[in-house]
Amino acid sequence: MTRSVIELPVTADDRRIARLAALAIGLSLAEAALPSPLPGVKPGLANIVVLLVLLQYGWRAAAWVSGLRARAGGLLLGSLFAPGFWLSAAGALISLSVLALARHLPSRHFGPVSLSVLAAFGHIGGQLALAGVWFLPGAALIKLLPVFAAAALVFGTVNGVVVMRLLAAPASDRRQSAPCTLP
Amino acid sequence: MLFRAGDAGVLLAGAGLVIALTVYAWGGSRGDTAVIRAAGQVIETVSLTRTQTFSVSGPLGATKIEIEPGRARVARDPSPRQLCVKQGWLTQSGQAALCLPNQVSLEIRGRISAYDSLGY
Repeated sequence: MTRSVIELPVTADDRRIARLAALAIGLSLAEAALPSPLPGVKPGLANIVVLLVLLQYGWRAAAWVSGLRARAGGLLLGSLFAPGFWLSAAGALISLSVLALARHLPSRHFGPVSLSVLAAFGHIGGQLALAGVWFLPGAALIKLLPVFAAAALVFGTVNGVVVMRLLAAPASDRRQSAPCTLP
Repeated sequence: MLFRAGDAGVLLAGAGLVIALTVYAWGGSRGDTAVIRAAGQVIETVSLTRTQTFSVSGPLGATKIEIEPGRARVARDPSPRQLCVKQGWLTQSGQAALCLPNQVSLEIRGRISAYDSLGY
């Protein structure tokens, strides 16, 4: 009887994505402990990581980090494949699609704040679209649209400014404040 | 600094979207017709176009209703608690002022009615 050994080669890219995804998952978990006045209104701190990854390592890496964050976050919070998970996944999907288009905006005129706000609107748009089609068909959600949109604008701006500051920080600083940017 | 001109544009567009959604979701439709009832019977249906007053009599006495362009109110009523008078001007479709002791009601209607019917 021969024992078969399956070896999965791990590249430096894989390790980096895993490390960054772990950071995003950590932020998701910390955020889940924050009380929220309305389900779905969250700062979306993990998006800071996704945005940093997008700007430094490209869209593919960002999609991996975001996807892993949604799955592992669901696993750790006990909401995997529950309604909340699908909402989060739909938000992440639309947000990534928006980012895939928005990152081609001329960077001379559009900085991280633009990307962050657009991603936040994509996030809430995806969640509300799925909620409206699947969970709460009818007019009930329309009254909440302004609240969600305002939250997306505010938190998108704040996250964008955080990303901007992290990118603008000198490399030595960055090592302390944001280990995620280590190669 | 990484904040660029386009970012301000995106923020403005986002704020515009929020305002548009607020108006769309929370803004009521303005009414254009006032329906006056006494003891459940419609006694007058007037469009809110010109200034006029109506006096409607009920069990307690006369209720005075004022119509102005775009709005209407119960100006005077013999009811003891004056609830319908304190409501002030009504402008939105679906709003109603009820003077229950005197059995008089004033209801605003628009092109889109917020309710199929109101029972009281």
